[in-house]
Amino acid sequence: MTDVALFAAPAVTAARTCAHCGDVVRGADALFCCAGCASAHEIIGGAGLDSFYRRLEDKRAHRPLPLDADFTDHARATASGEAELDLLVDGLDCAACVWLIETLLARDPAIQKARVQLSTRRLSLRWRGPVSAANGYAGLVAALGFRLAPFDASCLAAADDEQARELLRCLAVAGFAAANVMLLSVSVWSGHDGSMGEATRTLFHFLSAAIALPAIAYAGRPFFRSAIGALRNGRTNMDVPISIGVVLASIVSLHETFAGQQHAYFDSAITLLFFLLIGRYLDRRARGRARQAVQSLLALASRNATVIGADGGTEQRRVDRLQPGDLLLVAAGERLGADGVVSDGRSSMDAALVSGESVPQSVAPGSRVFAGMVNLGAPLRVRVSAAGEHTLLSEIVRLVEAAERGRSRFVALADRVARAYAPVVHVTALLTFLGWLLIGGLAWDRSLLIATAVLIITCPCALALAVPVVQVVASTRLLKRGVLLLSPTALERLAQVDHVVLDKTGTLTLGRPELVGTPDAAALAAAARLASASRHPLAQALVRAAGDAAPETDVVEHPGQGLSAGAARLGSAAFCGIDAAGDDGLSELWFSRPGHAPVRFAFADRLRPDAAQAVAALRRRGLAVELLSGDRPAAVARAAEAAGIDQWRAGVSPADKAARLATLAAEGRRVLMLGDGLNDAPALAAAHASISPATAAEATQNAADAVFQGDALAPVVETVEVARRSDRLVRQNLAIALVYNLSAVPLAILGEVTPLVAAVAMSTSSLLVIGNALRLGIAPAKENR
Amino acid sequence: MDSLLVLVPVALLLGLIALAAFLWALRNGQYDDPEGAAGRILFDDD
Repeated sequence: MTDVALFAAPAVTAARTCAHCGDVVRGADALFCCAGCASAHEIIGGAGLDSFYRRLEDKRAHRPLPLDADFTDHARATASGEAELDLLVDGLDCAACVWLIETLLARDPAIQKARVQLSTRRLSLRWRGPVSAANGYAGLVAALGFRLAPFDASCLAAADDEQARELLRCLAVAGFAAANVMLLSVSVWSGHDGSMGEATRTLFHFLSAAIALPAIAYAGRPFFRSAIGALRNGRTNMDVPISIGVVLASIVSLHETFAGQQHAYFDSAITLLFFLLIGRYLDRRARGRARQAVQSLLALASRNATVIGADGGTEQRRVDRLQPGDLLLVAAGERLGADGVVSDGRSSMDAALVSGESVPQSVAPGSRVFAGMVNLGAPLRVRVSAAGEHTLLSEIVRLVEAAERGRSRFVALADRVARAYAPVVHVTALLTFLGWLLIGGLAWDRSLLIATAVLIITCPCALALAVPVVQVVASTRLLKRGVLLLSPTALERLAQVDHVVLDKTGTLTLGRPELVGTPDAAALAAAARLASASRHPLAQALVRAAGDAAPETDVVEHPGQGLSAGAARLGSAAFCGIDAAGDDGLSELWFSRPGHAPVRFAFADRLRPDAAQAVAALRRRGLAVELLSGDRPAAVARAAEAAGIDQWRAGVSPADKAARLATLAAEGRRVLMLGDGLNDAPALAAAHASISPATAAEATQNAADAVFQGDALAPVVETVEVARRSDRLVRQNLAIALVYNLSAVPLAILGEVTPLVAAVAMSTSSLLVIGNALRLGIAPAKENR
Repeated sequence: MDSLLVLVPVALLLGLIALAAFLWALRNGQYDDPEGAAGRILFDDD
């Protein structure tokens, strides 16, 4: 391109934009800004999908960038000669993009599945053919203007970090400028009595402008961007009056400065941005962690398993590359990566993660086992029956995904208030301007100055701080009690709860068996000597109960049955040659030795020490309490009785739990779910609000709104209590902010609000709101019992 | 009045130094994980 063309361009380009990305096109008769856009347009047009550009409405397609990554490694080969690939799609803003990608890919006959999730920006592809085709498909999507990355959790976190960091940078710049402009403004205000000459005042105004204008241009970008986005969609949000107010105040003040007038609003504009950015940053921080539930669940699957080949040799293979029919070697202590059937070996497996069952299951050839179970005893050989997307674990992932989609529809109170408030601000400012101009008979710049004062006064400084500050104080206070809030709207939802559903193992109980009763001390000591040779949870409980036990030397472990040393046997009733009695809900070990009557050791999963009090305290707050467990009926009944819960159900599957919550929700109940197992994750995500103990699986914690630490249940009661009080404080704060606006707006409309009054009013209302929120921190904790 | 010609630039310079220090810290990754430190207290060692 020649210099002549560059200089000639502005005259021609007013209406010339790129047919693909909408950027300005330089050159007289070009349709596109670059070759990439041209080829993207050609691909779309060639496939007959031109309507994409109409469906984009006011959004724009993106300029394609060359594909720089190799995705072949991330593609997985499946059975029947197919391959799968998951991608993170950047630049995916709207349903039109989803439609374009899905339709275009579906045109390729080899592609079996092409699905895009807008919420997670994930593209799942499955095609017939070799994995090496991955780059071709990725290249096609990239050629349309979407940037691609392999789908994994770290990518999402990186994008989030970048946004938070940008807010912090803006906050720093705004804070610097606000402090320095205010320094100059205070001098100007104190000089209003005549002690400051006009020339000095104007100099100070120019200095303020020199500091404030670049800072506003930089720090206001998050608001300007969001406002422009909203206006393009024909909507309005709180950022629109903020942007108009700040920009208008800057322009009007600059005009006043050049005219040598008395008042300039540079300090108001930049201080406003500073306060708003504080609110936005606090809000952003509260949002941080919530989204990774599904990713961390999936991460559970990405480990290696040992596959036994046809020739008897072993090979390490990624869990997600297993296929039905593979024979796995599962070592002691290893977590199973696929569903299957035991083909060889006897052992016991810990199924707590999958079913919530507290006592390990004995498995023998023919037993069905599921991904997520841990082998506690001898090595096993397992024939894979389902792998990858078909395992029970993946089923749980899908349930969580579905439940989270439902929850994302919850709109926070502050957003609802802001949505109703924004139009009122526009109309009031506009009427003020027109009123003074047409009826009041003022010049346009005087009228605009007064309208600007109205916009500044109505800008929701206090409104923007009202909710985030309460959230910060509440979460700090809860953190001191060992409760970590994971979701930004958790407090608001927790405050509305009227029904509590508890899981048993690990939630109502501590999740580890304890010896009950006081058996004969000599028998206990003798049995503990055998037990100390085993890592089985019941044996370990026996050793804990006996205190110190010197281990027996020649103990033989019979996987899934018990232990023996000489003629002495410790294990199941059958193993010790005893007719088993009925199931009383307790786990048991029998101990038999020559010359003594057999002794029975009974174990129960002990309740959390304050379970009964906590349940009673929740009831006193008007909450219905219900117990849902995957454990056996007898064990659940005992726990329910001890905790004082009369409504309970046993043997409930993960899907049943989620279904029960859906039923309750349909009845209009707002349910708080407490659970710790992986089997609870869908229910935690489906509930109106959810809490899980810090001992839970990480994936489960991520599905919950809050996590509490320690053996006691009291933090749960405290959380509900704090949530209810925060809710009251948020409402009070919103009321304070609105009352302040209602009383200050008439003054502003009358033209009585000078920059000094605006600064005082703005800081006072913000301080009032912050002060009110701090009451939550200093007020003594209410009675929890 | 002459003092203003010195004091105002000095005040601005000091402010700018603080701003630069903060932005450096931010770029240096010191604000990357404010929640990580808060969350770590919830990780039991057992």
